Amino acid sequence: MLFNRYRRGLFITAFLAAPVTLYLVYVISPYIQAFYMAMTDWRGVSATPAFIGLENFVRLLGDEIFWKAVTHNAGLLVLLPLFTIVIALFFAFLLNVGGGGRAVGGIRGSKFYRVVFFFPQVLAVAVVAVLFQQVFRPDGSGMLNAPLMALGAKPIGFLSDPNVAFWSVLGVLVWQAVGFYVVLFSAGLASIPKDMFEAAQIDGAGRLSLFFRITLPLLWDTVQVAWVYLGIIALDVFAIVWVMTDQHGGPDWSTTVMAAEIYRNAFQYFRFGYASALGVVMFLFTVGFAILSLRLTRRERIEY
Amino acid sequence: MTTTSWTVANSRKLARQESRRRLGPMAILSHVALLLWTLLTVVPILWTFLASVKSEDEIFGDAWSLPASLHWDNFARAWDQAHIGQYMLNSVIVVAFSVSGTMLVGSMAAYVLARYPFRGNRAIYLLFVSGLAFPVFMALSPLFFVVQNMGNLPLIGPLIGLNTHAGLVLVYIAYSMPFTVFFLAAFFRTLPTAVAEAAMVDGASHTRVFFQIMLPMARPGLVSITIFNILGQWNQYQLPLVLLQERDKWVLTQGIADISTAAGYDQDWSALFAALTLAILPMLVVYTVFQRQIQSGLTAGALK
Repeated sequence: MLFNRYRRGLFITAFLAAPVTLYLVYVISPYIQAFYMAMTDWRGVSATPAFIGLENFVRLLGDEIFWKAVTHNAGLLVLLPLFTIVIALFFAFLLNVGGGGRAVGGIRGSKFYRVVFFFPQVLAVAVVAVLFQQVFRPDGSGMLNAPLMALGAKPIGFLSDPNVAFWSVLGVLVWQAVGFYVVLFSAGLASIPKDMFEAAQIDGAGRLSLFFRITLPLLWDTVQVAWVYLGIIALDVFAIVWVMTDQHGGPDWSTTVMAAEIYRNAFQYFRFGYASALGVVMFLFTVGFAILSLRLTRRERIEY
Repeated sequence: MTTTSWTVANSRKLARQESRRRLGPMAILSHVALLLWTLLTVVPILWTFLASVKSEDEIFGDAWSLPASLHWDNFARAWDQAHIGQYMLNSVIVVAFSVSGTMLVGSMAAYVLARYPFRGNRAIYLLFVSGLAFPVFMALSPLFFVVQNMGNLPLIGPLIGLNTHAGLVLVYIAYSMPFTVFFLAAFFRTLPTAVAEAAMVDGASHTRVFFQIMLPMARPGLVSITIFNILGQWNQYQLPLVLLQERDKWVLTQGIADISTAAGYDQDWSALFAALTLAILPMLVVYTVFQRQIQSGLTAGALK
């Protein structure tokens, strides 16, 4: 008996040793160090870091560029889930419920559409960023500007006009995300008994009430999950901005995001202390969002 | 009895026919909307494929013109001079090792945490899962120094420091732990205990039960999370950007992003499109073959 307990303990230790060690060294310790580093003026290898308390945080309060980045993240936090979920719900509804053809059920070729819509999700964000950099070219060699110019319109500076660039970033993010949520909502819809839709239809429900009275309420849990996922993506945006936009977040800081400013400060200006302080602020925003969304979703559940 | 069910079936059929007539034009509109998004998804990618066989002049000409002759040499230049071949090989090596490592270590941790109650179990589980909420960017600068310091370890140091593939592999494994452990622990909890207990009674060791009984039983979950990790690690951009600064070590996403940002008048644009095509095409092939598994693998986490 004692031997068995010993063996069991040995087994648990052996199986947890590698994962826990790796995780402590590469994940937990950097996160803890970030809090300390944020209170130093560390500028890299040569200089010895000095403890400067909250000086970095005072400085970042007046850092206009960082706050610009924060407003862009905040904009994405609202707009990315909004556009993505509305479009994805619309398509999921067409594909699974209100497609026409049969009374209730998928439209013809619904599988084909789902497969095509999902594909961008598989591509690396860095690859998508380079791809759209070419699609958005500011002259007749750009995929989008060529037809515009052929129609006699002035070319749009998708990435060179500070008033447009943010919307181009948002557009690409939505482009890549929609398919994932179409599949997610489709899976949610598939678990709703078809009888419900049929019963509603026999009672004379049109497509609109079919969508707003039946589909949306029954999918509400999945929509909330989608909202949290997209919110986290919006707060974490990096590669698309860093690779696709002019001057990594430009023109004129019109597309920069928190992650880009952290990377820029750390690995281009070598202000590791300051970058860590920005990282701590980003952490607070993320945790704030997580707590907020948890509380909101809980409240919604009670209403049911 | 039979009459009633006949009437119900019949009225349903009538309702179906009725709604089919009513929804006719709507079905067409649905198809138009779906086709529009299909084009939006497919056209940028096809346009890139087309541009990859154009000459430099044609790329700077009208975006929608067809190439006069097919310049396959763009691919040769992308492969050799832009080093896409090297970067792709690097990506394959890194992802092969990191995904194998992630699955081995992650499933071991998840199994022990899901099936063996012991003091501290809950704490370790929460430690892993809490990683889901942290933004990677907060840890970026400390992580850089952690990996740099690992490089100073005696003996194994030079293998796992900065600018080494093994170093990146370890970081990938560590950062994949939160989701892998979260998902697999949930999966192991759903598996029946009887088979494992029977094997234990027959004298199989804990380790043997894990490798020969529990892992095969957990196959569907393992497949999903393996796909999730392969795609996530293949598409990773910010971690290699920080940890691999020597060109010959770069992974594919870094290589692709670099061709577009290292602008200049001697920029090889046609090779850029060829490189993009080389990055997208394998994903397209793999996706077409495994699209069902990929879709369920990527959405599995959200549905839990």
